[in-house]
Amino acid sequence: MMSSDLWYSLPLVVAISLVYAGTRHEAMGDIIRHAIRFALWSLVILSGIFALLYFVSENL
Amino acid sequence: MAKAPSPNKPQTQSPGGIDLRDRWLAAFLAWLLPGLGHFYQRRTAKGVLFCVMILSTFCYGLVLGEGRVVYASFGPQERRLPYLSQVGVGLPALPALVQMQRVRAGKEPLFGESRFMAPPNYEQGELSALHLRLNRRWELGSVFTMIAGLLNFLVIYDAFAGPADALRGAPQQKATERPPPGSAGST
Repeated sequence: MMSSDLWYSLPLVVAISLVYAGTRHEAMGDIIRHAIRFALWSLVILSGIFALLYFVSENL
Repeated sequence: MAKAPSPNKPQTQSPGGIDLRDRWLAAFLAWLLPGLGHFYQRRTAKGVLFCVMILSTFCYGLVLGEGRVVYASFGPQERRLPYLSQVGVGLPALPALVQMQRVRAGKEPLFGESRFMAPPNYEQGELSALHLRLNRRWELGSVFTMIAGLLNFLVIYDAFAGPADALRGAPQQKATERPPPGSAGST
């Protein structure tokens, strides 16, 4: 159940990345490039937080 | 894309040279419906992007919460603060205000049994029942709709002032325009 809940973050990351990048640039190419970078960084950071919390909860 | 301003008509341009037309009207339209302000400014591609992404996020949240996670309630029973961010999407969240007024006036909410966007019946413990029935979908629906509303605040600012990198003067482009060291233009 927990792993299925994580899938809900993907559409949010996509939407946030595209809209945020859209407010930074005017050209669609720049928007897409910024959004991809932003999404990847978001996923890396979220994965790190998830791994940390998972590790902590495993040792409770 | 950006169009050149006509000489006999006052225009509002962002630092990036984008014709923002009437920026206050654009900001209001951007709030009213995500992307509408950009359509008004003829920035169609961005308008489509914002409209699709924000409305789909909002609608998905509504579906997850069965239309009950977006409601306005500022009475003694509950202060529904998430609505302050949800209302950022404008028109799609406004039925909640109508429903709140109807409930306050002692009338039945619209949309019958579904009580779409109506505040829960606190006396009958409906809020607890909704939490119990929807479980985590209540939280997920709230988060999706709140994020949609918050994202639209960014879009409203973009419609009002233009893209943020243009405001900063697009440092990447300026770096390429700088003359190389040792050339006649550099000191």
